[in-house]
Amino acid sequence: MRIDGKGLIDRTRRLSFRFDGTTYSGFAGDTLASALLANGVRVLGRSFKYHRPRGILTAGSEEPGALVEVLEGAQQTPNVRATVQELYDGLAAQSQNRWPSLKYDVLAVNDLLAPFLGAGFYYKTFMWPRAFWERLYEPAIRRAAGLGRLSGKHDEAVYEKAFAFCDLLVIGSGPAGLMAALTAARAGADVILAEEDSRMGGRLLADTGEIGGMPGADWAAGVLAELAALPNVRLMTRTTVTGAYDHGTYGALERTGLHLANPGDLPRECFWRIVAKQAILAAGALERPIAFPDNDRPGVMTASAVRAYLNRWGVAPGRKVAIFANNDSARATADALAAAGVTVAALIDSRADVSVEGPYPVYRAAQVVGTHGRHGLDWIAVRDHNGERRVEADCLAVSGGWNPTLHLTCHMNGRPVWAPGIAAFVPAPGAVPGLTPCGAAAGVFSTAGCLADGARAAGVALAALGHAAPATPEVPRAEDGAYAIAPLWVVEGKGRAWLDFANDVTVKDVRLAAQENFAGVEHMKRYTTQGMAPDQGKNSNIGALAVLADATGRGIPDTGTTTYRPPYVPVSIAAMGAGGRAEGFAPQRFTTSHDASVARGAPMIEAGLWYRPSYFPRPGETTWREACDREVAWVRERVGVCDVSTLGKIDIQGRDAARFLDLVYTNTFSTLKPGRVRYGLMLREDGLVMDDGTTACLAENHYLMTTTTAGAGQVMRHLDFVHQALRPGWDVHMISVTEQWAQFAVAGPRARDLLNSVLDQRLNPGEWPFMTCGAVTLNGVGARLFRISFSGEHAYELAVPARYGAALFRDLVARAETMGGGAYGMEALNVLRIEKGLITHAEIHGRTTAFDIGLDKMVSGRKDCIGKAAAQRPGLLGPEREQLVGLRPLDHERAIFAGAHLYRQGEAARRENDQGYVTSVCWSPTMHSYLGLGFLRNGRARHGEVVKLADMLRKTEVLCEVCDPVFFDPEGARARG
Amino acid sequence: MRYSGLKVITEGLFGNKGWGPAWRSPEPKAEYDAIIIGGGGHGLSTAYYLAKNHGLTNIAVLEKGYLGGGNIGRNTTIVRANYFLPGNSEFYSHSLKLWEGLEGELNYNVMHSQRGLINLFHSDGQRDAFARRGNMMISQGDDAILLDRDGVREHLPYLDFDQTRFPIYGGLLHPRGGTARHDAVAWGFARGADRRGVDLIQNCEVTGIDIENGRVRGVQTTRGAIRAKKVGIIVAGRSGQVAAMAGMRLPVESHILQAFVTEGLKPVIHHVISFGMGHFYISQSDKGGLVFGGDLDFYASYAARGNLPMVEHVMEAGMTLMPMIGRAKVLRSWGGIMDMTPDGSPIIDKTHIDGLFIDCGWNYGGFKAVPASGWCMAHLMATGESHAVARRFRLDRFATGHLLDEEGTGSQHNLH
Amino acid sequence: MRITCPLCGERDRREFYYYGADDYLRRPGEGAAPAAWDAYLHLRDNPAGVTRDLWYHDMGCAAWLVVERNTVTHEVLSVRLASEAEEGAA
Repeated sequence: MRIDGKGLIDRTRRLSFRFDGTTYSGFAGDTLASALLANGVRVLGRSFKYHRPRGILTAGSEEPGALVEVLEGAQQTPNVRATVQELYDGLAAQSQNRWPSLKYDVLAVNDLLAPFLGAGFYYKTFMWPRAFWERLYEPAIRRAAGLGRLSGKHDEAVYEKAFAFCDLLVIGSGPAGLMAALTAARAGADVILAEEDSRMGGRLLADTGEIGGMPGADWAAGVLAELAALPNVRLMTRTTVTGAYDHGTYGALERTGLHLANPGDLPRECFWRIVAKQAILAAGALERPIAFPDNDRPGVMTASAVRAYLNRWGVAPGRKVAIFANNDSARATADALAAAGVTVAALIDSRADVSVEGPYPVYRAAQVVGTHGRHGLDWIAVRDHNGERRVEADCLAVSGGWNPTLHLTCHMNGRPVWAPGIAAFVPAPGAVPGLTPCGAAAGVFSTAGCLADGARAAGVALAALGHAAPATPEVPRAEDGAYAIAPLWVVEGKGRAWLDFANDVTVKDVRLAAQENFAGVEHMKRYTTQGMAPDQGKNSNIGALAVLADATGRGIPDTGTTTYRPPYVPVSIAAMGAGGRAEGFAPQRFTTSHDASVARGAPMIEAGLWYRPSYFPRPGETTWREACDREVAWVRERVGVCDVSTLGKIDIQGRDAARFLDLVYTNTFSTLKPGRVRYGLMLREDGLVMDDGTTACLAENHYLMTTTTAGAGQVMRHLDFVHQALRPGWDVHMISVTEQWAQFAVAGPRARDLLNSVLDQRLNPGEWPFMTCGAVTLNGVGARLFRISFSGEHAYELAVPARYGAALFRDLVARAETMGGGAYGMEALNVLRIEKGLITHAEIHGRTTAFDIGLDKMVSGRKDCIGKAAAQRPGLLGPEREQLVGLRPLDHERAIFAGAHLYRQGEAARRENDQGYVTSVCWSPTMHSYLGLGFLRNGRARHGEVVKLADMLRKTEVLCEVCDPVFFDPEGARARG
Repeated sequence: MRYSGLKVITEGLFGNKGWGPAWRSPEPKAEYDAIIIGGGGHGLSTAYYLAKNHGLTNIAVLEKGYLGGGNIGRNTTIVRANYFLPGNSEFYSHSLKLWEGLEGELNYNVMHSQRGLINLFHSDGQRDAFARRGNMMISQGDDAILLDRDGVREHLPYLDFDQTRFPIYGGLLHPRGGTARHDAVAWGFARGADRRGVDLIQNCEVTGIDIENGRVRGVQTTRGAIRAKKVGIIVAGRSGQVAAMAGMRLPVESHILQAFVTEGLKPVIHHVISFGMGHFYISQSDKGGLVFGGDLDFYASYAARGNLPMVEHVMEAGMTLMPMIGRAKVLRSWGGIMDMTPDGSPIIDKTHIDGLFIDCGWNYGGFKAVPASGWCMAHLMATGESHAVARRFRLDRFATGHLLDEEGTGSQHNLH
Repeated sequence: MRITCPLCGERDRREFYYYGADDYLRRPGEGAAPAAWDAYLHLRDNPAGVTRDLWYHDMGCAAWLVVERNTVTHEVLSVRLASEAEEGAA
């Protein structure tokens, strides 16, 4: 019911919206909750367990009951707080956790079964027969549980993340926050003022008290105008600070586009990382309910929410409103309603020693002991010294006191402190370094107190920032009433009294937990699920622990709270994961030949962060194997070209560069002469193989190391570590030049011919022997040439500055094609190296030693190297180790698979009999056979033995002959020739 | 008191007045036959199996805080037996078999749900590594099925098969993998141990270990000295501090692992899904929350809370893999303290002190190990010999090089 | 979490790579006993409190840093270049 003349809504802008298929209207400035209340809608959803009707309890993000699904075409957002969702024209929402309809929900039967469904009942049953758990019980429980529904469709909407930096972050824009921001801003600090609501002002928007002789909302508007005009202030509405993290980092969620019918380019939400040198927590306080019988009936609300709907939105949540409180603050609700012409059915104060006067019936030392009404509140039962009476009311405003919103102060394990005077927890001092709580968040509840405390907090922050704070901040005059409360947690009576409205946890449940010795607050929470619902216990934690404290005979301070953890309000995965969609998840690295490869139809595959061509299909080829076999044959018979730029390249220089290489490689590099290249093996300090590759001596004290594609980052970091941490005095400098050089392998019997057609100088037979390097030019462009081979063929790698890479690749491939060859991809490269028994990270997978791969002779006995000592551990040596072998199926055409395990012939494929496994396989067009590399226990001593290769996943068993891993050209004549 | 559906009904009819305490809260005695330091999942299951399998009932579990308050109370609840190194394979296989009988064993519904675990792979190399793993699982007697891309699509049609940064090549399905209700596991073992006479003593912090002539004599606690000839340290997350009381320096570094749960949702995810490229794993609890986690925060810490870089990374992984979860809202995050070892595998062993045993180093895989860890630790403490399926979990294996490095990332503690 | 790199200034934690305790600075010499290597590679004090550990400014200047830090509160007490650590420690 709207009240004329009240509220901060724009009555000239009428908005149409739908809820559960019915069309309603509201005004700009409404929330979905205020608009539904204005339309007389009282039931918005169903509770989690008993499927009880749920109305609106609060006016903020702490709402436990009024959760709805908001629909946007085929997409929908579950568990949206109607109290936070701003109304826009065309908004469509529906209730959730009910079937077939909100009014008639089949699972409401659970409410009748409540005696059997108390805390933890499911731990005691559903155990027999065992097979029924997954088939029957669990699916039924899963269907009944949960609240809203995801659409199941990809969320294609736009989300963003952003960083912000400031001197001072002020969290909350009520009187304390505004005063703090104003004081700090005037002193020159860079201030961010973050407010969860769509409008700044906090309680000043919902209450009617005066500040400095004007309505509080007007005072707030004046302060905001001044702040908005200051260049050092950033005002952020619709922004909830969700978490406090180390060293002044705060997470914050901005609801950028959720209030708009058509957000246009705006993201739905933006997740901020705010780095603040200082912060002030002025987040206010949350009013808490009282647990009395059937206190969950729609129509029962917090007193402050009733006041907010009346003053902020011009809505009376009922025609006859009763108020039930244990403290002074609720009287304002009664007075405001009466002043607005709403019938105040009764003010029921649980305290005996208060004098309350008003134009409405007042019951002192009285309690609400029951609520009645079929689909919402019709009347309440009130008990006082005269006995019980019936009070007609369609809305009951409840105040059980206030809990400071101190959640952020607990995010770094701060434990709040019990303040008996206000019967609430307040923040522990210094709980979050640099964060100063003030105002209601610190337990200061009067408006005057909040203003003064905000100014004080600003002074603390300014002092820490080194700014001069105003000696006596100008604090305007305001209401300064004392706040008196007599704790009342539970009203005993017939029927269940709710603590957690969302998860259906009642006083009985908490007492049952205590009875079963789940007596600590953490055990109680976990056993009853109190506090685990979408409201994160904001409405129930303190009440539940008070009930527990009473049941166990301990006081509240000794019982303690559970730990509040981030986020302060639930935050969408899409917002915190913004930018992660699709390719955004990880950087993409492209070689200079990428476009040319794609243009040739090559499927590009991920290699770490890089993309590399899998193969280059030709017309008429129907499988990758055909292309691969052809490319292998090119390299073996003519010439192939392959982009190898993704291999890591590290330029190493300095007087101690050679010593340094000796330390990081197992073999010796100090004997390597300029113009020569050597294969090197690198160990981790724990003795296992880290990486391998060639290092070229370009000149005296100047080397170029290559690493594997996958190992480049790790090797660079490792070299920096060895230098900076272990040998800081050595004269050696290194830098990654992977991106600076494009490098192409030119491999095959006609490799030299191809190069001679592009190089400015001629490579004559006899010059440039295997494992040499040097400078060359192409059309005058300086390049580097390495005579190295990863295919076993006569081969080179030609490196040019990256800007020439694309052109050179096209040129090389075109020339190769005129010679009957062409580009080859990763599949062919893999076949070529397997034929030669050359290893990749499939073999050096972090668990293999130099000994395992047969390269122990490469560990020089004449010098120390990284990993040498640890490699001598007994468990890393000896015949028990699995050693690298070649595997060839007896039937050469029988396919074998990597990942298969090896067993002795005739032994069952059981773990106890395991002899090893297969790491790499290929069809070798050269050898006309499937080939495999693998690790076999004591394998080097078993060449010639026939073993069983068993792949249970693909249901194959193949007999294979164990052989040397070098299948093709074991003497290496072709590479050297 | 035996729990059953009938009991739930009869109690419900009479106001639930008859439910007794799930366990007693006894005062510590001056001496026990054995003491377990640590009332987490592993400590409680050790106590249970010491009593059940070995008849050792004059024992106490000493817990600094509350029972089940450590990592068993804050994890992503995944239960699986999908290891590929001998030494791990048989242990986790044994554990899964124990899980499969746990409800009946404990008369407590731990909601073990074998809904199937799918590990996704994104390259041929990863497929080969998962094939090696799957074959080991089958050869150990467990189950594994290699799915191609279409096979994954059949199970998980809502994944992003078209745009994701690391395309889905396939997956390894472990049908017997699943989840369980984590707190219930602690409570079930606690109740079972208590019923067999074990004293569960909460709010009792061990402050010293008494050792004479190389033999353990008992412990000092905040509730007084307690004598025992056998003491088991089972305090993952605090292993280093307690072991230091016996003069030991462990191959353990403590790290933070964060995990997350969303608001309750109607069922959308019916499996446990693991996305290796993103270090992201997710399932949906019976209450409807999406439960998911990622990698370590990577810096040594005892703070039991993490920071935003890993939070965001986990969410980004979720968004690239299954953008349908974008509108689910994260309700709570938490951080557990992980005992990270130099090969990522645990330790169940004697120490150099007679009568002092240690069970630690569970990295971030301890939950699924709870039954077998207790089974094997109890065997070790009762008999003095390692159980056959845990014989490679030796404290000295880093010194000797008999490593169990499933990740292949080597001795850097935080890389496992 | 923020770390102040001596070369680059205060940066977000996501720019840094974490290695482990500063034990890694004290590599045993040639011929050291196996126990020394075990201690170097594996065994850790792992304090709940102040520790010194090694970070690499991976997305910045590539400096290895020794960070003195509290593992319980995450307070950072000091940051130095690893290349200067030994002088500083002396």
